[in-house]
Amino acid sequence: MNVPTMAEMAAQGKQPEVLFWVGCAGSFDDRAKKITKAFVKILNKANVEFAVLGTEESCSGDPAKRAGNEFLFQMQAMTNIEVLNAYEVKKIVTACPHCFNTLKNEYPQLGGNYEVVHHTELLKSLIDDGRLTIEGGQFKGKKITFHDPCYLGRANDVYEAPRALIQKLDVELVEMKRCKTNGLCCGAGGAQMFKEPEKGTKDINVERTEEAIDVKPDIIATGCPFCNTMMTDGVKAKNKETDVEVLDIAELIANAKDL
Amino acid sequence: MNYIDNIVFAILLIIGVGFFARNVKKLIRNIKLGKQLDRSDNSTARWKNMAMIALGQSKMVKRPIAGALHIIVYVGFIIINIEVIEIIIDGLFGTHRVLSFLGGFYSFLIASFEILALLVLVSVIVFWIRRMVLKIPRFWNKEMKGFPKNDALYILYFEMVLMSLFLIMNATDVPFQQADAGNPISQFLVPLFENFNAGTLFYIERTAWWLHIAGILVFLNYLYYSKHLHILLAFPNTYFANLNPKGKLNNLEAVTNEVKMMLDPNADPFAAAPEGSEEEIPEKFGASDVADLNWVQLMNAYTCTECGRCTSACPANITGKELSPRAIMMKTRDRLEEVGENINKNGEFKYDGKQLLNDFITPEEIWACTSCNACVEECPINIDPLSIIIDLRRYLVMEQSAASQELNMMMMNIENNGAPWQYNQMDRLNWKDE
Ligand code: SF4
Ligand code: SF4
Repeated sequence: MNVPTMAEMAAQGKQPEVLFWVGCAGSFDDRAKKITKAFVKILNKANVEFAVLGTEESCSGDPAKRAGNEFLFQMQAMTNIEVLNAYEVKKIVTACPHCFNTLKNEYPQLGGNYEVVHHTELLKSLIDDGRLTIEGGQFKGKKITFHDPCYLGRANDVYEAPRALIQKLDVELVEMKRCKTNGLCCGAGGAQMFKEPEKGTKDINVERTEEAIDVKPDIIATGCPFCNTMMTDGVKAKNKETDVEVLDIAELIANAKDL
Repeated sequence: MNYIDNIVFAILLIIGVGFFARNVKKLIRNIKLGKQLDRSDNSTARWKNMAMIALGQSKMVKRPIAGALHIIVYVGFIIINIEVIEIIIDGLFGTHRVLSFLGGFYSFLIASFEILALLVLVSVIVFWIRRMVLKIPRFWNKEMKGFPKNDALYILYFEMVLMSLFLIMNATDVPFQQADAGNPISQFLVPLFENFNAGTLFYIERTAWWLHIAGILVFLNYLYYSKHLHILLAFPNTYFANLNPKGKLNNLEAVTNEVKMMLDPNADPFAAAPEGSEEEIPEKFGASDVADLNWVQLMNAYTCTECGRCTSACPANITGKELSPRAIMMKTRDRLEEVGENINKNGEFKYDGKQLLNDFITPEEIWACTSCNACVEECPINIDPLSIIIDLRRYLVMEQSAASQELNMMMMNIENNGAPWQYNQMDRLNWKDE
């Protein structure tokens, strides 16, 4: 696996095609690290010149902002923007919809202007440009349902790129009752990931997982490390680990290509 | 003594419209209690939104049955109100069906009013059945008790009565029925009145006529107190709605200035404030009461029609949490009304020991939100409950440091390690070699 950092690139006087913003989950969470690696393998395979910030990356500030701590958010944002601008970054890709939304929508007001894409969008454009090819292979005939991450879908209107990628795998894409603009949250957003839920009758991730299980998929696909955790926990809560797998789109593609 | 009628009519009209104007003034004053916010940009997109969403009802039909019925009532309401123009002229000048000189076109107009009136009547009855017989859950959430529940029913009854009066008025208008043009519906009501003599018929017709116009004036004045205000406010509300991607929250300028100071090693914290800023009152971060919200958020509160589409899509509400985005809007309106009443009484706002946060909306509600934007997406008139929730959170966190232990932990980690968990920033690239 080849993972150059911006610092190394800069030392060689090179500017990568795109900066891969890994995010906190992608860097530290054991489950999410697998997604990060799957994505990197695809980038390597497609010969995309990318780089990461490595230890120069810091939390985008999303959970702080959604929790109401504008101070902390802006401190994070301005520190990150300083680093990004120093490297003259133009284009950023990330596998986390929360980072995606924050870099794309919240940073410009603080002086950070970049072209920001979600990894599903980048993967789709690699295929469209012929730089990456995928065939169904091992997923052929499987039933996959896609859970829309709120910060990818409703927040930024990206619904088609992940679906287009799934369809390239020769699988049957089945939609849940609440999908796309009507998609139901997994329960992690708005800093909920970091706290116990308020008193209620049910956990949101269980409600969502039940809906997914209703369409009898072999795989629940998603495009967010937090959704991934929530849905995985939901599947466990329903004792369905043997029947249903929760995978990121990047993992689906990396697996299909045997990377 | 023929003038009595006209004078009574004129007085009724002046009182009705006068009170309405007074309410509108109060409404505007209350909305202006909110903070300024510039939404004068991009007027093309704004007009388009208003045309599509308010005029064209494009978001209503996402739920097809309710949407279709609503369009009938809405179109009926607007078209039938053309008839009111004639009623007003007739009332003021003692004429009868003054527009009938239009001949065939008049018959066509009245005929379409009659058909619409019947359709509206049927739709309103279906609405009533959905609420009271089918008991569709979103009409029965816990915030829909007392006035909010009755309010919805009053309006349905009102429309039933108004539509019936209109048809009865036409059915008992003997010359109109004799002309037998423009009466596709009312002709079937005529047999009901077969045994009445001409005099009685005349009085029934007159009574229906008077009640119809009086009813409209009462309705006009009921609006201010009702969720039905949306029939007017839906238009400015969709015009001034947020045009940014839903994921983008506003940036707090006041915070930006302070953070820049903190990050800039050359900044002199004791430097004199720049010219003209002496009078600036120290900014309060976030919102604890209605006056801390912006005027669009307050207009949102008055516009909310309590349909509950937002709440029925809210993941927190679906899973039994206290939070209901509709209730957020209703409580904001209740508090704003209370503040408005306070100003009416005292000339200016006199501190009443209450505020929106805690006394109306509890922290338990706002902390249950996942910021998923389902409520914003669902709202047929582009109301944004999430922005109010975030502003209340900001106050709790930045002014009161009142976040939960877990959230404080998460924020401390971000501050110290650059990640919401306790990992060292220097380990950020370790995954590469694992
Ligand atoms: S944004 Fe918050 S209030 Fe709105 S639907 Fe989602 S969880 Fe509910
Ligand atoms: S905020 Fe919108 S969707 Fe929610 S109750 Fe009010 S009008 Fe209906």
